[in-house]
Amino acid sequence: MLKTYTYPKYEYRQPDEQKERTARRYPVVIVGAGPVGLAAAIDCRLHGIPVIVLDEDDTVSIGSRGVCYAKRALEILDRLGVGERVVGKGVSWNVGRTFFHEEEVFNFNLLPEADHKRPGMINLQQYYLEQYLVERAQELGVDLRWKNRVVSVQRMSDQVRLTIETPDGNYGIEADWLIAADGARSPIRKQMGLEVEGKVFQDRFLIADVVMKADFPAERWFWFDPPFHPNQSVLLHKQADNVWRIDFQLGWDADPEEEKKPEKVIPRIKAMLGDDREFELEWVSVYTFQCRRMQEFRHGRVLFVGDAAHQVSPFGARGANSGIQDADNLIWKLKLVLDGKAPERLLDTYSAERIAAADENLMNSTRSTDFITPKSKASRTFRNAVLTLAEHHSFARALVNSGRLSVPAFLIDSPLNSPDGDEFAGAMVPGAAMDDAPVGVDGKRGWLLDLIGNGFHLLYFTDVAERLGSRLDELRGLGIDRIPVEPVVISEKAGAVAGVRVLHDLQHLVARRYDAREGTVYLLRPDQHVVARWRKFDAHRIRSAVARATCNHS
Amino acid sequence: MTSTLTLSPNFSEAGKRYFRAFSPGDDFYESLIDAHRDLTDEQSAMLNAKLILLLANHVGDLTILREALLRAREDV
Repeated sequence: MLKTYTYPKYEYRQPDEQKERTARRYPVVIVGAGPVGLAAAIDCRLHGIPVIVLDEDDTVSIGSRGVCYAKRALEILDRLGVGERVVGKGVSWNVGRTFFHEEEVFNFNLLPEADHKRPGMINLQQYYLEQYLVERAQELGVDLRWKNRVVSVQRMSDQVRLTIETPDGNYGIEADWLIAADGARSPIRKQMGLEVEGKVFQDRFLIADVVMKADFPAERWFWFDPPFHPNQSVLLHKQADNVWRIDFQLGWDADPEEEKKPEKVIPRIKAMLGDDREFELEWVSVYTFQCRRMQEFRHGRVLFVGDAAHQVSPFGARGANSGIQDADNLIWKLKLVLDGKAPERLLDTYSAERIAAADENLMNSTRSTDFITPKSKASRTFRNAVLTLAEHHSFARALVNSGRLSVPAFLIDSPLNSPDGDEFAGAMVPGAAMDDAPVGVDGKRGWLLDLIGNGFHLLYFTDVAERLGSRLDELRGLGIDRIPVEPVVISEKAGAVAGVRVLHDLQHLVARRYDAREGTVYLLRPDQHVVARWRKFDAHRIRSAVARATCNHS
Repeated sequence: MTSTLTLSPNFSEAGKRYFRAFSPGDDFYESLIDAHRDLTDEQSAMLNAKLILLLANHVGDLTILREALLRAREDV
């Protein structure tokens, strides 16, 4: 098989405390150096938290695995400092097409409006993402420990004690907080005797990475019952380095070992390509999947993130994307708790908010699975009726479900939100992940989301920043609170004022997307979510909303 | 005003706010498939027949119903 990628081998070094035979205490220990554990580690460093990552292996993901990274995950990766590399290497796309037999019956555009920094989706082999995250983590001083396998977890009221196995034997470590990012089979979860409940789907899928020169557009193509693979579904995606990802539904009775053999895989691909185009197989795997989650994502001082906490079907790319959002949600809360600025129960809202998101992901990915792989004759008849009607009628096209691609959940029921008291139109409700928009910053074109995050921010909308007068003192005052809120003026005209950042609403898109008028204010969380908004500035209400958003209200 | 069959997306639920265009249709489709859960093929066919009669009576307008029958018969 061909190789377009050389797997890095990360160096194992014997940990100091193992040499010295002393157990040291660390504020945060993360188990698992996959995309989610690494994102959490980088976020910890951005918040100034010392952090250790333990991983039993010494390289990145083998095979392309998670290939689709959605707009919201890319925005988080931007905040973490790897967005540019990931998007630069990846294949950006917005359009998906669905075929029934040979006819196109439905298409969608993930980003129908212009003027967002990031596309709806990029495709990139998981190993590239992990490599870039490792390099960023190293740059920020994350203590990455390869070939370190957790063999036991002991939970105390004020810490977690781990026994870790390395090539040099066992050693112990103490953590104030443990983040379990150790994947779907999570050894930590098992050791703690915790259940993960849900559905197993009885179906198998073959995934193949194929290297070939092809002029297919950078779009997601999905077939129901194509002539080259009757009665099953097929998915085609373009990745970096001319690697194409093809998923073939096989059915439950397929023999996974047999199906992985090149002599079985190559004819399937030839039938699909339908010509004598040359290609090489790079990687092949057969997978099954489950749709399930843990009851709670926080268990005392252990916090479960990513696949360890929840697993979805791959239709919709809601696995890695939701895991990265878990890290985004968790770390700012952990920072406030570690600093003694918020009570521990703030971490319960990590669990509550991400369970709401996981349930939405589970619902959407289960629905897609039920549509793609109908479980009864009636269900198949309805599915085929939808696909037939979809050729002529838009109502049926809207029902075609070949995967509802990852979009952020609206955390509208979060206890951290302050409910609206004023009238607003649009989608930027308390609990919404922020919409991006172009802004002018210091005379240059930039993006709103690149300038918000890591701490609380307050957007103040006005026509002319220079006319704000004494309001500026009140805005600056928020910036020196115990939990600071950095004010940002969104000004219709370009301008500058001392001590407060002014962003020029170049195309009036910030005001439009946030339904803002003169004097409108938005309070934003460190993870770029709206948490409260008002038509008029009121420092007292803003401070109450910050207290609520950090569980500091009585 | 002449009555015509609605062929554009038309699902909604009172009191529910949708942030994604696909959600109301997916809500309906899930309910539809759930209604058939654990039924035999024969039972499913009976459920479908009853469902059509219930909805047809609700629509009532025979012009619309005849158009729907025509559309449904295409490509069968």
